[in-house]
Amino acid sequence: MTERADIELIAKLVPPGSRVLDLGCGDGALLDILRRERDCRGFGIEIDDAMVAACVRRNVKVLQLNLEEGLALFEDRSFDVVLQLETLQHLRNTERMLRETARVGRIGIVSFPNFAHWPNRVRVVSGRMPVTKALPYEWYDTPNIRVGTHTDFEILARKNGLRILDSFGLRNGQAVRRWPNLRASVAVFKFERP
Amino acid sequence: MTFSQPLPLKSGAALRDYTLVYETYGTLNAQRSNAVLVCHALNASHHVAGRDAEGNLGWWDNLIGPGKPLDTNRFFVIGVNNPGSCFGSTGPMHANPDPAAGGELYGADFPVVTVEDWVDAQARLVEALGITQLAAVIGGSLGGMQALSWTLRHPDSVRHCIAVATAPNLSAQNIAFNEVARRAIVTDPDFHGGHFYRHGVIPKRGLRVARMIGHITYLSDDAMDAKFGRQLRNGALAFSTQEIEFQIESYLRHQGDKFSDYFDANTYLLITRALDYFDPAAEHGGSLARAFAGAKAKFLLASFTTDWRFSPARAREIVKALVDNEHDVSYAEIAAPHGHDAFLLDDPRYHAVMKAYFDNVARESENVR
Repeated sequence: MTERADIELIAKLVPPGSRVLDLGCGDGALLDILRRERDCRGFGIEIDDAMVAACVRRNVKVLQLNLEEGLALFEDRSFDVVLQLETLQHLRNTERMLRETARVGRIGIVSFPNFAHWPNRVRVVSGRMPVTKALPYEWYDTPNIRVGTHTDFEILARKNGLRILDSFGLRNGQAVRRWPNLRASVAVFKFERP
Repeated sequence: MTFSQPLPLKSGAALRDYTLVYETYGTLNAQRSNAVLVCHALNASHHVAGRDAEGNLGWWDNLIGPGKPLDTNRFFVIGVNNPGSCFGSTGPMHANPDPAAGGELYGADFPVVTVEDWVDAQARLVEALGITQLAAVIGGSLGGMQALSWTLRHPDSVRHCIAVATAPNLSAQNIAFNEVARRAIVTDPDFHGGHFYRHGVIPKRGLRVARMIGHITYLSDDAMDAKFGRQLRNGALAFSTQEIEFQIESYLRHQGDKFSDYFDANTYLLITRALDYFDPAAEHGGSLARAFAGAKAKFLLASFTTDWRFSPARAREIVKALVDNEHDVSYAEIAAPHGHDAFLLDDPRYHAVMKAYFDNVARESENVR
């Protein structure tokens, strides 16, 4: 779950008036903010029944689809911004999804838990998997089937020919721009396909 | 309500001197902005909610009524029976007004009607009720096709379209099921070319088989298995080829018998044909996106994962056409186990989405002037 302060920080990355697609939009809170504060329109995609109903309730447009099946419904560059917040780590086809994000949107914005945040490193060195606010699950019940680091994503983005427009970390609702791979619990990237 | 102005039909023919029966629920507000039209599918009618004089519950009573997702305390709900049907509106069982028919019943001479013709007939009724714009039009299956068609034929007259378990057209397999049903009816010796009323008989055998095949396609394999499995009716095999052995046979025969007692054979042919013909993309070079370019309504679509007759893949085609046009659309894909019939059931996930959507429509309707 993305914290309110984090949502506000990420919302600032979205140019006003954008047509946005929010992959794994949850209860639609971000789309609601983008609509009210930044004059954006667009859709959320969500698989969970209760979340879909929550989106409809707050009048956020939502399509109940499984992201593992890709974004076949959407034409190339049909959105100004495609958001993928705290979603990437739940998907089996992480790389394909990243490519799909870059295909459908002019700009992509992703966030995910940064496994290299120092408390995680300490915990792993001590011989245990980390259980933190950003990674609150035990190793045996985590929905995060992909764990990566801020630096790992930079490498994956480069491999897929994406240009990183901005990147920073998040910690306790604050942006972390110095040493985010060490100091931030969440990684945020804004990128485009040149 | 009776209409003396002939209704021009897609076929080029016209329907003259026809009557539409309808029911309304709730109260039309002062701005006349809270009307919701409910379109029926194959074997339903204008009686959508509550109990009628004979005590029959409306066919969508779990969705429509006071405090229900389509709340009649907030909306003025209109249920209408389509022309060609056998539940009161002008249909094959009514007298043909053509002087050449000499007062005979229409029978097989009832003009072939399409989804578009029904929508036009409904639009006349809505107008006659003093409503210039519907808050919403809703339907499932063939009713969903009508709801979609409303947004294309009368784009300024509807603000929201709620289309459930429906498709942009029928697949070959789907037409095939309809054709089997029609052949069962037409080849029944009691059919008499559709003029069986004159002979005082009903092609019940054909109707029974038509209903049986239809019923199979409305259920999912799993739902049928859960309900009947391989249960025997009498506990042991009778080694008979013609007696009922399995409970599923008993169930289908019962459904067929019931149906043949109340449904009209000519109506069955007409309605399945309307299903076959619906194809809004055909008039736009096969492009569904172009077909929906002129729509102005906001959309809610829903499908059910086990519905193999109107599958989620078909609903997604409609969603894509709407997204391509940057129309306002939400889409729920409910993992209900019941197959096509799920749209008539009260799965809480499905009804939660419907209630949330209609609550917003209700709030919006209060502010429409």
